[in-house]
Formats: sequence, structure tokens, C-alpha cells
Amino acid sequence: METAEKTLDEILTLAAAHFKVPREKLSPDEDFFTALGIDSLQTLDLLTKLENHFRVELPDYELQGVTDFRTLAAKIQARL
Amino acid sequence: MSTKQFKGQALSWQLQGGVIELSLHREPCNELGSLSLPELEKFASALDDLEGDANALILYSELKCGFCAGADLRELYERSQSMEKSHAVRGVRDFLERIHRVLNRIDAAPLTTIAAVHGVTFGGGFELALVCDLIIADKMARFCFPEVRLGLIPGFGGIPRLKRDLGNAVVRDLLLTGRSINATKAQQIGLVSQVVSEGEALRAARATAAQIGKFDRETAVAAKQFIKPVPLEELREEIDIFCELFSRPAVQAGLKKFVESTDAQPYLP
Repeated sequence: METAEKTLDEILTLAAAHFKVPREKLSPDEDFFTALGIDSLQTLDLLTKLENHFRVELPDYELQGVTDFRTLAAKIQARL
Repeated sequence: MSTKQFKGQALSWQLQGGVIELSLHREPCNELGSLSLPELEKFASALDDLEGDANALILYSELKCGFCAGADLRELYERSQSMEKSHAVRGVRDFLERIHRVLNRIDAAPLTTIAAVHGVTFGGGFELALVCDLIIADKMARFCFPEVRLGLIPGFGGIPRLKRDLGNAVVRDLLLTGRSINATKAQQIGLVSQVVSEGEALRAARATAAQIGKFDRETAVAAKQFIKPVPLEELREEIDIFCELFSRPAVQAGLKKFVESTDAQPYLP
């Protein structure tokens, strides 16, 4: 069982690597659209990456309105 | 002009070594509209000549964003705004009937057809993949029928074809929630035959086509005709329902909202 902090850390590392953003520039409460410079289609890429990495299924309507990494981590944590 | 190859604005094809490869390349994400349809019709006509020399057909996208984001909603909205309501509905019906003719032709083609998909495979793009006998997906592929958000149902034959392949409960889940699923889930529910690494779908489709080419073609055709009937009656019904729904003001409002949206998540249902 992953802890919430570990989940959050893995999300930040994964997002940084996928969108080629320095990991140290990302913080948990940041708006990930702005931090990663991504649009809605790239958000779907991120969602797929996260689902594949954590082996969970995240219905995208659950992510409606989610904009920061910490809330995203909580949504994933709830399905682990 | 030879039908063996064609390079258009929205798609291209070539026949080589018994395999037809149809590639989509209309920016931004292969939206299907008035540019793609005549080229798809051209392909459907060319199939009469092509299929005599081919065992397989592979459909894929050359664009990074994905296989296909579906119908060109911007064009649909703009056209429907520029004409009287009854004309707009007639125009939509005409478009649907034309695209159904193309998709039915590919669906029933006496070839083994393979969709090699990656990224966004939404709406009409999902429906295009469903026409094929096999779907090979890269692990970043995502499938979705987002039409419910606009007050619509899929209109390019998605419901009858999804129902042909999957259990009704899964079909309802996808249609009624409008949610997207990844390639792994799509394989678990029986939609996708192979999931491969990122960027590997076309290679895997070519390997599969080469394997198919080793076997007797008549056997493959007989098996396909037996197991994959084209659900013509339901396809016709789907057009009627789509047109009925399309005439409602709620749909125009939904289209307007989508087209004018500055929301960062318009693709998230």
C-alpha cells in the first residue's frame, strides 16, 4: 500500500519526466496545467500515464475541476 | 491514375506487399468533416481495385495527438448556424449517410482490417476503429464516446458496432457516462486485441498483417462473413435517432459551448 506522500511524489516525478519539466520546479499545490504547460489533450496523456503507472482506473469525470497535484494524488490514493 | 496509392489532404493510402495502409494526417487531430469525407469516399471506391491484391488493411494516424478526435464539431456547429434548422438536419443526415456507406464498405471488406491506434481515439475516431476486425493499441491510447455531453449519441455507427463486439453493460457504461478508458481497460473488456509499447502499434499491426498474409484468404473471408455481420438495420436506426436529437436546441447549445470553450479541460467529460 502506497502512502499518500509517496503517491504524490511519484506523480510529480512522472509528470516532470513525461512533460520534460525539472522535477524541483513542481510543487504539490501548484496548478498542473500552468506548471506543466499542458492543454486538455495532454492532460489525457497524463491521466493515461498515471493509470498505467499506478494500475488504477480513474474515470475522467472524477478529475473535473482537479487542477493541483495534491488533489490528484488523493483521487489516485482512493483507488489504490 | 493508379488506385494503388493516393496522397490527399486528410488521408493517404498505399498498397504494398499485399497490405493496404491508410494513414490519417489532418491537423489538429484527424477531425472527420467535409475535407476527410470525400477522401474517405475515394478510398472506399478504390477498395474495389485494391482488395484484389491485398490480404489486409491497416488504418493508422501519422499525428502525435492520436488516432482521431472524431467528428469536426467546429465545422458542424458553424454550418448548422449558417442555415435554417431543417436544412441543417438534412445536411447532417446526408453527411451521416455518406460516412456510413464508407464505413460499411470497410467493415465488410474481404480483407482483414486492423486499426493501429494511439492517443486520442474519441467519438468518430473510436467508431472508425470499431469498423476494423482488430484493434491494436499503444498503451497511451484512450477511447471515449463523449457525445452524451452534447446531448447526442455516436452517429458514425458506434453503438451497433460496439454492441456487436462487447456486452451491453459495458456499452451502457461508455455511452451513458461519456468517460474515457485506456488501452489496458479496453483490452480487458475485449475491445482491443493487443496492447503494445508507446509508438509500437503500427509495427505490431504490420507484423499481424504479415502473419495473416500466410493463410488462405478465402478462409479468412468466410470466417469474417460468418462472425462479423454488418448490423445494417441498427445502423440505420442510429442515424434516425441522431438526427432527431440533433434538431433539439440543447444540442446547439452544447455545440456552442464546446466550440467557444476556453476551459482547460474540454476533452474531459
